[in-house]
Amino acid sequence: MSTTSLSGSPELETAREGYFGRFGGQYVPEALSGALTQLVGAWHDAQADPAFEAELDDLRRNYGGRPTPLYLASRLSEEAGVEVWLKREDLAHTGSHKLNNVVGQALLTRRMGKPRVIAETGAGQHGVATATAAALFGLECVVYMGAEDCRRQRLNVVRMQLLGATVVPVESGTRTLKDAINEAMRDWVTNVDSTHYLIGSAMGPHPFPTIVRELQKIISIESTEQFAAQAGGIPDAVIACVGGGSNAIGSFAEWIEVPEVRIIGIEAAGEGVGSGRSAATISEGREAVLHGSRSIALVDDDGQVLPAHSVSAGLDYPGVGPEHAWLASTGRGTYLSATDEDALHGFRRTSELEGIIPALEPAHAVGWLLRHGKAELGDGARVVLTMSGRGDKDVDEVVEVAGWDVGVAKAFGAASPGVQDGHGEATVEPGGAAGTELQP
Amino acid sequence: MTPATSLDGSARIAEAFARAKTEDRAALIVYLTACYPDAALSKACFEAAVDAGADILEVGIPFSDPMMDGPVIQAANQHVLEAGTTVTDQLEMIASLRHLEVPTLAMTYVTIADTRGYARFADELAEAGLAGVILPDLPISEAEGWLTEATRRGLATVFLASSVSTDERLEAIGRRSSGWVYATGLMGVTGVKSVSAALTRPLVERVRTHTDLPVAVGIGVRDRASAAEVARYADGVIVGSSIVRAAGEGDPSGAPDRVAALVRELRAGVAER
Ligand SMILES: Cc1ncc(COP(=O)(O)O)c(C=O)c1O
Repeated sequence: MSTTSLSGSPELETAREGYFGRFGGQYVPEALSGALTQLVGAWHDAQADPAFEAELDDLRRNYGGRPTPLYLASRLSEEAGVEVWLKREDLAHTGSHKLNNVVGQALLTRRMGKPRVIAETGAGQHGVATATAAALFGLECVVYMGAEDCRRQRLNVVRMQLLGATVVPVESGTRTLKDAINEAMRDWVTNVDSTHYLIGSAMGPHPFPTIVRELQKIISIESTEQFAAQAGGIPDAVIACVGGGSNAIGSFAEWIEVPEVRIIGIEAAGEGVGSGRSAATISEGREAVLHGSRSIALVDDDGQVLPAHSVSAGLDYPGVGPEHAWLASTGRGTYLSATDEDALHGFRRTSELEGIIPALEPAHAVGWLLRHGKAELGDGARVVLTMSGRGDKDVDEVVEVAGWDVGVAKAFGAASPGVQDGHGEATVEPGGAAGTELQP
Repeated sequence: MTPATSLDGSARIAEAFARAKTEDRAALIVYLTACYPDAALSKACFEAAVDAGADILEVGIPFSDPMMDGPVIQAANQHVLEAGTTVTDQLEMIASLRHLEVPTLAMTYVTIADTRGYARFADELAEAGLAGVILPDLPISEAEGWLTEATRRGLATVFLASSVSTDERLEAIGRRSSGWVYATGLMGVTGVKSVSAALTRPLVERVRTHTDLPVAVGIGVRDRASAAEVARYADGVIVGSSIVRAAGEGDPSGAPDRVAALVRELRAGVAER
């Protein structure tokens, strides 16, 4: 685990629109130039229009279930040795923070008069949120999802289909999130007149990283107020998991200008930093252009994109949004990582201690906090951790990967060897512990 | 290393278009992926294409995530990368084409150029004898750094123009391009849909109001008939996917002959107008 050290001195944020220091920009085919210009215009118009903010606010509250609670997780705090406040995005409609972005972009889609949205999805949460908004607004919806992710997040595939979306399994490349993005981009280039590409994270060409941050900023707008009211003052640190970086940038946004608050992003390190099977982009990557912007990515010496690995489909991505690359390069943000094993530990302990089954993505942040939080932040530090989503989608995968016997075997009438006590450390071995017939 | 000729890339490309014009036809520009199906056969395919009448070559340097490419070129890229071929290997194969009389341009994605560093990439392309480069995901607004290095090494940079480009952008594309302007009237990735005159012809005419450079049309041209149709209104006709498909289907050793047969057809097409 280390923060990134980029060659050359970090620049301050330049005046150039769409850039965060040296990161960002619009590296896209000319065929998309019109759509990006139109989107910039629609976004500016919407921001100047009180009706947009009013409708967004109404949808957030009455459809999306906001504000989400800020909850002091006492038992988790006791185990971690730091005071953990969970920002409960898992309680928002559709089960994650993704709807914050989607509702805003769906309103923009309507303002642009486009009848069709497309999206990429890894864990399926952004796909579900997009399918949800498409149903609500009567838009045609196509979601691209890596074939491997369709397998490991099957529940969300079914949800999207029930919501009326078409799910296209992507068989090219690594059959995960990056390939789904390539395929969505190809669709967009082909159908740009009728279609808005509803990008699901704070990545891609300008203006997406900015739009997504502004729409996800509601997380830290609420948590600032809630923390002051419930805990008093300001936290010592704000922590979020980082895939493309949307829940993280939304969680950080209001705190960036408050230097007393540490900003910590947790990336997925798969089998470990340096193992060659990781998705810890900022920790291990280098400056590169990927998916429309200059940022940090996992690429080899030729610039070929390396396959990422993470147990969590939502973090299994070899890139990261440009604003995070900038926060890392200036030192304002600290980017660390948690392994698959850390995440499974976080997953299990959050379930057992708090009665909250987390998504595997934020389970990385919890796992990091349980293992390193006290040493890194000091005894009793006060921390806001974004619980970006709920874990229903992950239960099959967790049982399979971790090999935990949670009684599923017995329920299906098979012999159940080695029942575990359900307490303490998760016993996880890479490659799978023997124990249930759910093992492949 | 010495340059392939004393002329810079733009001048060599201009000559190729001029030669076609004196023969009252459009120039035929042929794309193939470097080192596909392998380095030796790839070289033979390019040679066969020139023998069969290609005026200009585009050699694709494979990228793992080719956003603008359809299934045929994606598969060729993947095949070359899975064989373990590096950019250095590809540049070596490209350098072995310098004896060919026609100007050759690299076509790749900005990530490849950027990771190598624009200065080193420009040096390597020039030393391999290339006349220029096409980077489909580098729009004019992000191109400043690359153009400085390309100009330093006498490399032409061909920018893409699209039917959605505003007049303001077309003006800048015409001004910043060298070699030719690559018009993509068809919305889409390579090798999926067929070119449509209704969309493309007006774009070519719009581009002409902003530049004296030749205008070539690519994406969606696949056979003699479509080449002939495009040749009626464009200075150049660019064909990629159908040539890569010809190289890839069937016994690998037959790839150069299959490429030659298709290029002869296309060459007849561009002269039909
Ligand atoms: C619950 C949850 N958290 C986090 C992420 C990672 O995305 P981001 O980094 O954009 O927040 C995902 C993505 O699928 C997710 O589903």
